[in-house]
Amino acid sequence: MSMPAVSPFVPWIPTPNRKRRHVLDLDDFSAAEIIDVLDAATSMKEVLGRSVPQVPILRGRTVVNVFYEESTRTRMSFELAARTLSASTMSMTAKGSSVEKGESLIDTIRTIQALGADIIVIRHGESGAPYLAAQHFKGSIINAGDGRHAHPSQALLDLFTIRERLGELKGLNVTIVGDILHSRVARSNIWGMLRCGMNVTLCAPSTLIGDVRMWQETFPTLKISYDLDAIIPDTDVLMGLRLQKERMQAGLLPALREYSTYFGINQTRIDKLPDHAIVMHPGPMNEGVEIMPEAADSPRSVIEAQVTNGVAVRMALLYRLSGEATA
Amino acid sequence: MNERQIMTADEVRRAIARVAHEIGERNGGVQNVVLVGIYRRGIPLAKRIAAAIQQIEGSTVAIGALDITLYRDDLEIRGAATQIQHTNIPVDITGKIIVLVDDVLYTGRTIRAALDAVTDLGRPDRIQLAVLVDRGHRELPIRADFVGKNVPTAASEDVAVRLNEVDGGDDAVMITRGAV
Repeated sequence: MSMPAVSPFVPWIPTPNRKRRHVLDLDDFSAAEIIDVLDAATSMKEVLGRSVPQVPILRGRTVVNVFYEESTRTRMSFELAARTLSASTMSMTAKGSSVEKGESLIDTIRTIQALGADIIVIRHGESGAPYLAAQHFKGSIINAGDGRHAHPSQALLDLFTIRERLGELKGLNVTIVGDILHSRVARSNIWGMLRCGMNVTLCAPSTLIGDVRMWQETFPTLKISYDLDAIIPDTDVLMGLRLQKERMQAGLLPALREYSTYFGINQTRIDKLPDHAIVMHPGPMNEGVEIMPEAADSPRSVIEAQVTNGVAVRMALLYRLSGEATA
Repeated sequence: MNERQIMTADEVRRAIARVAHEIGERNGGVQNVVLVGIYRRGIPLAKRIAAAIQQIEGSTVAIGALDITLYRDDLEIRGAATQIQHTNIPVDITGKIIVLVDDVLYTGRTIRAALDAVTDLGRPDRIQLAVLVDRGHRELPIRADFVGKNVPTAASEDVAVRLNEVDGGDDAVMITRGAV
Protein backbone atom coordinates (compact mmCIF):
# COMPACT_ATOMS: atom_id res chain seq x y z
CA MET A 1 0.00 0.00 0.00
CA SER A 2 1.50 3.29 -1.01
CA MET A 3 0.95 6.67 0.49
CA PRO A 4 1.96 9.99 -0.96
CA ALA A 5 5.21 11.13 0.59
CA VAL A 6 3.81 14.25 2.13
CA SER A 7 5.75 15.83 4.89
CA PRO A 8 4.18 18.79 6.58
CA PHE A 9 6.67 21.31 5.35
CA VAL A 10 7.57 20.08 1.91
CA PRO A 11 5.49 21.70 -0.80
CA TRP A 12 3.74 19.04 -2.79
CA ILE A 13 2.25 19.43 -6.23
CA PRO A 14 -1.32 18.17 -6.27
CA THR A 15 -2.47 15.78 -8.96
CA PRO A 16 -6.06 16.86 -9.57
CA ASN A 17 -7.36 13.69 -11.19
CA ARG A 18 -6.21 11.21 -8.58
CA LYS A 19 -9.13 9.68 -6.77
CA ARG A 20 -9.00 10.74 -3.16
CA ARG A 21 -8.61 7.98 -0.62
CA HIS A 22 -7.63 9.85 2.56
CA VAL A 23 -7.98 13.35 3.94
CA LEU A 24 -4.73 13.89 5.84
CA ASP A 25 -4.05 17.57 5.20
CA LEU A 26 -4.96 20.20 2.63
CA ASP A 27 -1.49 20.18 1.05
CA ASP A 28 -2.70 17.63 -1.52
CA PHE A 29 -5.95 19.47 -2.31
CA SER A 30 -6.06 21.59 -5.43
CA ALA A 31 -8.15 24.76 -5.40
CA ALA A 32 -10.68 22.98 -7.61
CA GLU A 33 -11.06 20.10 -5.17
CA ILE A 34 -11.49 22.49 -2.25
CA ILE A 35 -14.24 24.31 -4.13
CA ASP A 36 -15.86 20.95 -4.96
CA VAL A 37 -15.96 20.07 -1.27
CA LEU A 38 -17.38 23.49 -0.36
CA ASP A 39 -20.07 23.16 -3.05
CA ALA A 40 -21.03 19.71 -1.80
CA ALA A 41 -21.12 21.06 1.74
CA THR A 42 -23.60 23.74 0.65
CA SER A 43 -25.98 20.99 -0.44
CA MET A 44 -25.32 19.08 2.77
CA LYS A 45 -26.25 22.18 4.74
CA GLU A 46 -29.69 22.10 3.09
CA VAL A 47 -30.14 18.55 4.43
CA LEU A 48 -29.19 19.71 7.95
CA GLY A 49 -31.87 22.41 7.79
CA ARG A 50 -34.70 19.95 7.17
CA SER A 51 -37.20 18.92 9.83
CA VAL A 52 -35.94 15.33 9.42
CA PRO A 53 -32.23 15.81 8.77
CA GLN A 54 -31.21 12.41 7.48
CA VAL A 55 -30.43 10.97 4.06
CA PRO A 56 -29.73 7.29 3.32
CA ILE A 57 -26.64 7.49 1.11
CA LEU A 58 -24.09 5.92 3.52
CA ARG A 59 -26.37 3.22 4.91
CA GLY A 60 -24.30 0.15 5.68
CA ARG A 61 -21.03 2.08 5.98
CA THR A 62 -19.22 2.33 9.28
CA VAL A 63 -17.38 5.42 10.46
CA VAL A 64 -15.19 5.03 13.54
CA ASN A 65 -13.99 8.00 15.55
CA VAL A 66 -10.63 7.25 17.15
CA PHE A 67 -9.66 10.05 19.50
CA TYR A 68 -6.37 9.94 21.35
CA GLU A 69 -6.84 13.55 22.35
CA GLU A 70 -9.85 15.18 23.94
CA SER A 71 -12.35 16.98 21.74
CA THR A 72 -15.91 18.21 21.94
CA ARG A 73 -16.86 19.80 18.67
CA THR A 74 -14.78 17.82 16.20
CA ARG A 75 -15.84 14.43 17.53
CA MET A 76 -19.51 15.31 17.87
CA SER A 77 -19.44 17.04 14.51
CA PHE A 78 -18.06 13.97 12.72
CA GLU A 79 -20.50 11.75 14.55
CA LEU A 80 -23.47 13.91 13.59
CA ALA A 81 -22.21 14.12 10.01
CA ALA A 82 -21.94 10.33 9.76
CA ARG A 83 -25.38 9.79 11.27
CA THR A 84 -27.02 12.37 9.05
CA LEU A 85 -25.73 10.33 6.09
CA SER A 86 -27.09 7.14 7.77
CA ALA A 87 -23.68 5.57 8.42
CA SER A 88 -23.13 3.51 11.55
CA THR A 89 -20.78 5.18 13.97
CA MET A 90 -18.51 3.94 16.71
CA SER A 91 -16.28 5.92 18.98
CA MET A 92 -13.03 5.12 20.71
CA THR A 93 -11.16 7.36 23.08
CA ALA A 94 -7.74 6.48 24.38
CA LYS A 95 -9.00 6.72 27.91
CA GLY A 96 -10.84 3.51 28.84
CA SER A 97 -9.58 1.58 25.79
CA SER A 98 -6.82 -0.99 25.33
CA VAL A 99 -4.48 1.92 24.63
CA GLU A 100 -4.20 2.15 28.40
CA LYS A 101 -2.97 -1.46 28.38
CA GLY A 102 -0.27 -0.46 25.93
CA GLU A 103 -1.86 -1.37 22.60
CA SER A 104 0.00 0.30 19.74
CA LEU A 105 -1.66 2.62 17.23
CA ILE A 106 -1.11 0.10 14.43
CA ASP A 107 -2.73 -2.72 16.40
CA THR A 108 -5.66 -0.51 17.30
CA ILE A 109 -6.17 0.43 13.65
CA ARG A 110 -6.02 -3.25 12.62
CA THR A 111 -8.55 -4.14 15.29
CA ILE A 112 -10.92 -1.46 14.08
CA GLN A 113 -10.44 -2.70 10.53
CA ALA A 114 -11.34 -6.23 11.61
CA LEU A 115 -14.55 -4.84 13.08
CA GLY A 116 -15.51 -3.61 9.62
CA ALA A 117 -14.77 0.10 9.59
CA ASP A 118 -14.91 1.90 6.25
CA ILE A 119 -13.67 5.29 7.43
CA ILE A 120 -11.55 6.09 10.48
CA VAL A 121 -11.58 9.62 11.81
CA ILE A 122 -8.48 9.98 13.92
CA ARG A 123 -7.18 12.60 16.31
CA HIS A 124 -3.77 12.09 17.85
CA GLY A 125 -1.32 14.17 19.85
CA GLU A 126 1.60 13.15 17.65
CA SER A 127 2.08 14.88 14.31
CA GLY A 128 1.94 12.28 11.53
CA ALA A 129 -0.02 9.61 13.40
CA PRO A 130 -2.85 9.59 10.80
CA TYR A 131 -0.26 8.97 8.06
CA LEU A 132 0.95 5.90 9.94
CA ALA A 133 -2.66 4.78 10.40
CA ALA A 134 -3.27 5.22 6.66
CA GLN A 135 -0.45 2.75 5.92
CA HIS A 136 -2.16 0.05 7.95
CA PHE A 137 -5.81 0.56 7.04
CA LYS A 138 -7.60 -0.63 3.89
CA GLY A 139 -10.30 2.03 4.11
CA SER A 140 -10.08 5.80 4.34
CA ILE A 141 -8.49 7.91 7.05
CA ILE A 142 -9.62 11.41 7.93
CA ASN A 143 -7.19 13.40 10.04
CA ALA A 144 -9.20 15.15 12.76
CA GLY A 145 -6.11 16.84 14.17
CA ASP A 146 -2.58 15.48 14.67
CA GLY A 147 -0.23 17.27 17.03
CA ARG A 148 0.72 20.67 15.66
CA HIS A 149 0.60 19.41 12.12
CA ALA A 150 -2.81 19.46 10.45
CA HIS A 151 -6.55 19.73 10.93
CA PRO A 152 -7.93 19.69 7.39
CA SER A 153 -11.65 19.46 8.17
CA GLN A 154 -11.35 22.55 10.38
CA ALA A 155 -9.63 24.48 7.60
CA LEU A 156 -12.32 23.43 5.12
CA LEU A 157 -15.11 24.53 7.44
CA ASP A 158 -13.31 27.84 7.93
CA LEU A 159 -13.08 28.31 4.16
CA PHE A 160 -16.74 27.35 3.84
CA THR A 161 -17.75 29.91 6.46
CA ILE A 162 -15.64 32.64 4.86
CA ARG A 163 -17.12 31.93 1.44
CA GLU A 164 -20.63 31.86 2.88
CA ARG A 165 -20.16 35.27 4.49
CA LEU A 166 -17.90 37.10 2.05
CA GLY A 167 -18.49 35.41 -1.29
CA GLU A 168 -15.44 34.65 -3.37
CA LEU A 169 -12.31 33.58 -1.47
CA LYS A 170 -9.79 34.85 -3.98
CA GLY A 171 -8.09 38.08 -3.00
CA LEU A 172 -9.39 38.22 0.58
CA ASN A 173 -6.91 39.30 3.29
CA VAL A 174 -6.76 36.91 6.20
CA THR A 175 -4.97 37.60 9.46
CA ILE A 176 -4.31 34.56 11.62
CA VAL A 177 -3.42 35.83 15.05
CA GLY A 178 -2.19 33.92 18.07
CA ASP A 179 -0.41 30.72 18.92
CA ILE A 180 0.80 29.85 15.42
CA LEU A 181 3.62 27.75 16.82
CA HIS A 182 1.33 25.06 18.21
CA SER A 183 -1.54 25.41 15.77
CA ARG A 184 -2.53 22.64 13.38
CA VAL A 185 -5.57 24.75 12.48
CA ALA A 186 -3.28 27.51 11.20
CA ARG A 187 -1.11 25.09 9.23
CA SER A 188 -4.00 23.48 7.37
CA ASN A 189 -5.64 26.85 6.81
CA ILE A 190 -2.45 28.28 5.31
CA TRP A 191 -2.34 25.50 2.70
CA GLY A 192 -6.02 25.85 1.88
CA MET A 193 -6.18 29.64 1.88
CA LEU A 194 -3.10 30.10 -0.29
CA ARG A 195 -4.38 27.50 -2.76
CA CYS A 196 -7.63 29.44 -2.97
CA GLY A 197 -5.78 32.66 -3.76
CA MET A 198 -6.21 34.39 -0.42
CA ASN A 199 -3.56 36.66 1.13
CA VAL A 200 -2.50 35.30 4.48
CA THR A 201 -0.70 37.16 7.25
CA LEU A 202 0.44 35.43 10.42
CA CYS A 203 0.51 37.64 13.49
CA ALA A 204 1.93 36.71 16.88
CA PRO A 205 4.69 37.51 19.32
CA SER A 206 7.95 36.23 17.89
CA THR A 207 8.06 33.33 20.38
CA LEU A 208 4.79 31.96 19.01
CA ILE A 209 5.41 32.38 15.27
CA GLY A 210 7.74 29.43 14.85
CA ASP A 211 10.64 29.32 12.42
CA VAL A 212 10.27 32.42 10.24
CA ARG A 213 12.73 31.23 7.61
CA MET A 214 10.89 27.94 7.34
CA TRP A 215 7.63 29.81 6.75
CA GLN A 216 9.18 32.02 4.10
CA GLU A 217 10.85 29.14 2.29
CA THR A 218 7.72 26.99 2.29
CA PHE A 219 5.22 29.73 1.49
CA PRO A 220 6.94 32.63 -0.30
CA THR A 221 3.73 34.70 -0.40
CA LEU A 222 2.95 34.30 3.29
CA LYS A 223 3.32 37.50 5.32
CA ILE A 224 4.38 37.75 8.92
CA SER A 225 3.58 40.61 11.25
CA TYR A 226 4.22 41.37 14.90
CA ASP A 227 1.86 44.33 15.01
CA LEU A 228 -1.81 43.42 14.97
CA ASP A 229 -3.04 47.01 15.13
CA ALA A 230 -1.10 47.91 12.00
CA ILE A 231 -2.75 45.24 9.83
CA ILE A 232 -6.28 45.27 11.24
CA PRO A 233 -7.63 47.98 8.89
CA ASP A 234 -6.73 45.81 5.87
CA THR A 235 -8.10 42.58 7.29
CA ASP A 236 -11.20 40.92 5.79
CA VAL A 237 -10.99 37.83 7.97
CA LEU A 238 -9.56 37.96 11.48
CA MET A 239 -8.92 34.47 12.80
CA GLY A 240 -7.95 34.08 16.43
CA LEU A 241 -6.24 30.94 17.69
CA ARG A 242 -6.35 29.37 21.11
CA LEU A 243 -3.28 29.75 23.28
CA GLN A 244 -2.46 26.08 23.69
CA LYS A 245 -1.31 26.09 27.26
CA GLU A 246 -1.23 22.27 27.34
CA ARG A 247 1.45 22.21 24.62
CA MET A 248 3.25 25.32 25.75
CA GLN A 249 6.66 25.28 27.34
CA ALA A 250 7.40 27.76 30.05
CA GLY A 251 8.91 31.08 29.04
CA LEU A 252 7.19 31.55 25.66
CA LEU A 253 5.05 34.34 27.05
CA PRO A 254 5.99 36.81 29.77
CA ALA A 255 2.37 37.15 30.91
CA LEU A 256 -1.08 36.35 29.57
CA ARG A 257 -2.19 39.90 30.23
CA GLU A 258 0.56 41.32 28.12
CA TYR A 259 -0.31 38.91 25.32
CA SER A 260 -3.93 39.98 25.61
CA THR A 261 -3.03 43.66 25.39
CA TYR A 262 -1.05 43.31 22.17
CA PHE A 263 -2.71 40.37 20.40
CA GLY A 264 -6.12 39.86 22.00
CA ILE A 265 -9.24 40.34 19.86
CA ASN A 266 -11.24 43.01 21.70
CA GLN A 267 -13.93 45.54 20.87
CA THR A 268 -11.44 48.33 20.10
CA ARG A 269 -9.74 46.20 17.47
CA ILE A 270 -13.06 44.97 16.04
CA ASP A 271 -14.11 48.61 15.61
CA LYS A 272 -11.05 49.20 13.44
CA LEU A 273 -11.82 46.33 11.07
CA PRO A 274 -13.45 47.14 7.71
CA ASP A 275 -17.26 47.05 7.89
CA HIS A 276 -17.63 43.71 6.14
CA ALA A 277 -14.89 41.90 8.06
CA ILE A 278 -15.59 38.75 10.08
CA VAL A 279 -14.02 37.33 13.24
CA MET A 280 -13.35 33.61 13.55
CA HIS A 281 -12.03 31.24 16.19
CA PRO A 282 -11.75 27.46 15.91
CA GLY A 283 -12.62 26.94 19.58
CA PRO A 284 -12.35 26.11 22.34
CA MET A 285 -11.74 29.72 23.36
CA ASN A 286 -9.80 31.10 26.28
CA GLU A 287 -12.16 34.00 26.70
CA GLY A 288 -10.43 36.97 28.21
CA VAL A 289 -7.05 35.89 26.81
CA GLU A 290 -6.90 35.65 23.01
CA ILE A 291 -10.46 36.84 22.53
CA MET A 292 -12.70 38.94 24.75
CA PRO A 293 -16.27 37.80 25.43
CA GLU A 294 -17.67 40.93 23.77
CA ALA A 295 -15.68 40.14 20.63
CA ALA A 296 -16.77 36.50 20.54
CA ASP A 297 -20.41 37.57 20.83
CA SER A 298 -20.19 40.56 18.49
CA PRO A 299 -22.17 40.66 15.24
CA ARG A 300 -18.84 40.22 13.40
CA SER A 301 -18.25 36.87 15.06
CA VAL A 302 -19.02 33.78 12.96
CA ILE A 303 -17.81 31.37 15.63
CA GLU A 304 -21.15 29.62 16.03
CA ALA A 305 -21.61 29.39 12.27
CA GLN A 306 -18.20 27.67 12.11
CA VAL A 307 -19.51 24.92 14.38
CA THR A 308 -22.74 24.44 12.40
CA ASN A 309 -20.93 24.52 9.07
CA GLY A 310 -18.45 21.96 10.35
CA VAL A 311 -21.10 19.25 10.21
CA ALA A 312 -21.96 20.05 6.58
CA VAL A 313 -18.30 20.09 5.54
CA ARG A 314 -17.62 16.77 7.26
CA MET A 315 -20.66 15.25 5.55
CA ALA A 316 -19.15 16.35 2.24
CA LEU A 317 -15.82 14.71 3.14
CA LEU A 318 -17.40 11.44 4.30
CA TYR A 319 -19.45 11.31 1.11
CA ARG A 320 -16.44 12.06 -1.06
CA LEU A 321 -14.45 9.19 0.43
CA SER A 322 -17.31 6.71 0.06
CA GLY A 323 -17.30 6.17 -3.66
CA GLU A 324 -16.16 2.58 -3.67
CA ALA A 325 -16.77 -0.29 -1.32
CA THR A 326 -13.66 -0.95 0.71
CA ALA A 327 -14.25 -4.63 1.55
CA MET B 1 -21.94 6.28 -33.71
CA ASN B 2 -25.42 5.70 -34.99
CA GLU B 3 -27.85 8.45 -34.00
CA ARG B 4 -31.46 9.10 -34.96
CA GLN B 5 -33.91 11.77 -33.91
CA ILE B 6 -37.18 10.70 -32.32
CA MET B 7 -38.55 14.11 -31.31
CA THR B 8 -38.08 17.52 -32.88
CA ALA B 9 -38.22 20.82 -31.03
CA ASP B 10 -41.80 21.25 -32.18
CA GLU B 11 -42.78 17.81 -30.92
CA VAL B 12 -41.16 18.53 -27.57
CA ARG B 13 -43.17 21.74 -27.31
CA ARG B 14 -46.43 19.96 -28.16
CA ALA B 15 -45.72 17.14 -25.71
CA ILE B 16 -45.11 19.64 -22.92
CA ALA B 17 -48.36 21.46 -23.73
CA ARG B 18 -50.30 18.18 -23.68
CA VAL B 19 -48.76 17.11 -20.37
CA ALA B 20 -49.66 20.53 -18.93
CA HIS B 21 -53.30 20.02 -20.02
CA GLU B 22 -53.39 16.54 -18.55
CA ILE B 23 -52.01 17.66 -15.20
CA GLY B 24 -54.80 20.22 -14.85
CA GLU B 25 -57.42 17.74 -16.04
CA ARG B 26 -56.37 14.90 -13.76
CA ASN B 27 -56.23 17.09 -10.67
CA GLY B 28 -59.30 19.25 -11.30
CA GLY B 29 -57.16 22.37 -11.69
CA VAL B 30 -53.71 23.10 -10.32
CA GLN B 31 -54.45 24.89 -7.02
CA ASN B 32 -52.77 22.22 -4.97
CA VAL B 33 -50.12 21.13 -7.45
CA VAL B 34 -46.36 21.53 -6.98
CA LEU B 35 -44.11 20.65 -9.93
CA VAL B 36 -40.81 19.20 -8.73
CA GLY B 37 -38.10 18.87 -11.35
CA ILE B 38 -35.46 16.20 -10.86
CA TYR B 39 -31.95 17.46 -11.51
CA ARG B 40 -30.86 18.01 -14.21
CA ARG B 41 -33.21 18.26 -17.17
CA GLY B 42 -36.29 17.78 -15.04
CA ILE B 43 -35.85 21.30 -13.73
CA PRO B 44 -36.16 23.22 -17.04
CA LEU B 45 -38.94 20.81 -18.06
CA ALA B 46 -40.85 21.61 -14.84
CA LYS B 47 -40.44 25.32 -15.58
CA ARG B 48 -41.79 24.88 -19.11
CA ILE B 49 -44.75 22.83 -17.92
CA ALA B 50 -45.48 25.52 -15.32
CA ALA B 51 -45.39 28.19 -18.04
CA ALA B 52 -47.76 26.13 -20.19
CA ILE B 53 -50.13 25.64 -17.25
CA GLN B 54 -50.02 29.39 -16.64
CA GLN B 55 -51.21 29.94 -20.21
CA ILE B 56 -53.90 27.27 -20.09
CA GLU B 57 -55.28 27.68 -16.59
CA GLY B 58 -54.24 31.23 -15.91
CA SER B 59 -52.80 30.28 -12.55
CA THR B 60 -49.28 30.01 -11.24
CA VAL B 61 -47.94 26.65 -10.14
CA ALA B 62 -45.23 26.29 -7.50
CA ILE B 63 -41.97 24.77 -8.77
CA GLY B 64 -39.22 23.01 -6.87
CA ALA B 65 -35.91 21.33 -7.64
CA LEU B 66 -34.88 17.93 -6.36
CA ASP B 67 -31.45 16.33 -6.32
CA ILE B 68 -31.51 12.61 -5.64
CA THR B 69 -27.76 12.01 -5.28
CA LEU B 70 -28.02 11.28 -1.56
CA TYR B 71 -30.80 8.72 -2.17
CA ARG B 72 -29.07 6.68 -4.88
CA ASP B 73 -28.63 2.95 -4.46
CA ASP B 74 -25.59 2.61 -6.74
CA LEU B 75 -22.84 4.39 -4.80
CA GLU B 76 -20.69 1.24 -4.98
CA ILE B 77 -21.13 0.97 -8.73
CA ARG B 78 -20.98 4.56 -9.86
CA GLY B 79 -18.86 6.16 -7.16
CA ALA B 80 -19.27 9.47 -5.44
CA ALA B 81 -17.97 11.58 -8.30
CA THR B 82 -21.31 13.21 -9.05
CA GLN B 83 -21.45 16.74 -7.72
CA ILE B 84 -24.36 17.16 -5.35
CA GLN B 85 -26.89 19.76 -6.41
CA HIS B 86 -29.30 21.80 -4.39
CA THR B 87 -32.67 20.51 -3.38
CA ASN B 88 -34.94 23.52 -3.16
CA ILE B 89 -38.68 23.15 -2.73
CA PRO B 90 -39.91 26.54 -1.56
CA VAL B 91 -43.29 25.40 -0.23
CA ASP B 92 -44.43 22.98 2.46
CA ILE B 93 -45.30 19.86 0.47
CA THR B 94 -47.53 18.32 3.14
CA GLY B 95 -51.08 17.98 1.76
CA LYS B 96 -49.99 18.96 -1.76
CA ILE B 97 -50.08 17.06 -5.04
CA ILE B 98 -46.49 16.64 -6.09
CA VAL B 99 -45.79 16.10 -9.77
CA LEU B 100 -42.26 14.82 -10.22
CA VAL B 101 -40.82 15.86 -13.57
CA ASP B 102 -37.94 14.10 -15.34
CA ASP B 103 -36.72 13.83 -18.90
CA VAL B 104 -36.46 10.06 -19.40
CA LEU B 105 -38.12 7.21 -17.50
CA TYR B 106 -35.97 4.09 -17.80
CA THR B 107 -35.24 1.64 -14.96
CA GLY B 108 -37.31 3.60 -12.44
CA ARG B 109 -34.45 3.79 -9.94
CA THR B 110 -34.17 7.56 -10.13
CA ILE B 111 -37.89 7.83 -9.39
CA ARG B 112 -37.57 5.38 -6.49
CA ALA B 113 -34.88 7.63 -5.04
CA ALA B 114 -36.98 10.74 -5.76
CA LEU B 115 -39.97 9.23 -3.92
CA ASP B 116 -37.78 8.68 -0.86
CA ALA B 117 -36.35 12.18 -1.14
CA VAL B 118 -39.80 13.79 -1.41
CA THR B 119 -41.32 11.82 1.46
CA ASP B 120 -38.37 12.88 3.64
CA LEU B 121 -39.47 16.48 3.12
CA GLY B 122 -43.09 16.07 4.11
CA ARG B 123 -46.27 14.07 3.50
CA PRO B 124 -47.87 15.02 0.20
CA ASP B 125 -51.45 13.91 -0.53
CA ARG B 126 -50.39 12.36 -3.81
CA ILE B 127 -47.23 12.01 -5.87
CA GLN B 128 -47.51 11.81 -9.64
CA LEU B 129 -44.88 11.45 -12.34
CA ALA B 130 -44.48 13.35 -15.60
CA VAL B 131 -41.76 12.42 -18.10
CA LEU B 132 -40.91 13.62 -21.57
CA VAL B 133 -39.90 10.14 -22.77
CA ASP B 134 -40.78 6.69 -21.44
CA ARG B 135 -38.28 4.25 -22.95
CA GLY B 136 -39.34 1.08 -21.08
CA HIS B 137 -37.04 -1.45 -19.34
CA ARG B 138 -38.38 -0.88 -15.85
CA GLU B 139 -36.58 -2.62 -12.99
CA LEU B 140 -39.06 -1.46 -10.34
CA PRO B 141 -42.89 -1.33 -10.16
CA ILE B 142 -43.06 2.34 -11.19
CA ARG B 143 -45.08 3.97 -13.98
CA ALA B 144 -45.55 7.51 -15.24
CA ASP B 145 -48.87 9.39 -14.96
CA PHE B 146 -48.04 11.80 -17.78
CA VAL B 147 -45.87 10.80 -20.75
CA GLY B 148 -44.74 13.07 -23.57
CA LYS B 149 -43.84 10.16 -25.83
CA ASN B 150 -43.53 6.41 -25.45
CA VAL B 151 -40.41 5.18 -27.24
CA PRO B 152 -39.64 1.47 -27.53
CA THR B 153 -35.87 1.06 -27.19
CA ALA B 154 -33.27 -1.66 -26.88
CA ALA B 155 -31.30 -1.76 -23.65
CA SER B 156 -28.11 -1.21 -25.67
CA GLU B 157 -29.45 2.13 -26.92
CA ASP B 158 -29.15 5.49 -25.25
CA VAL B 159 -31.85 8.14 -25.14
CA ALA B 160 -30.53 11.68 -24.98
CA VAL B 161 -32.85 14.61 -24.35
CA ARG B 162 -31.40 17.95 -25.41
CA LEU B 163 -32.98 21.04 -23.97
CA ASN B 164 -32.01 24.55 -24.92
CA GLU B 165 -31.62 25.67 -21.27
CA VAL B 166 -29.10 22.92 -20.50
CA ASP B 167 -27.51 21.93 -23.79
CA GLY B 168 -27.94 25.06 -25.90
CA GLY B 169 -29.29 24.87 -29.44
CA ASP B 170 -32.62 23.37 -30.50
CA ASP B 171 -34.57 20.97 -28.33
CA ALA B 172 -34.38 17.37 -29.54
CA VAL B 173 -34.62 13.79 -28.39
CA MET B 174 -32.10 11.42 -29.93
CA ILE B 175 -31.54 7.68 -29.78
CA THR B 176 -27.94 6.53 -29.94
CA ARG B 177 -26.99 2.96 -30.53
CA GLY B 178 -24.49 1.74 -27.96
CA ALA B 179 -20.87 1.47 -29.01
CA VAL B 180 -20.66 -2.27 -28.25
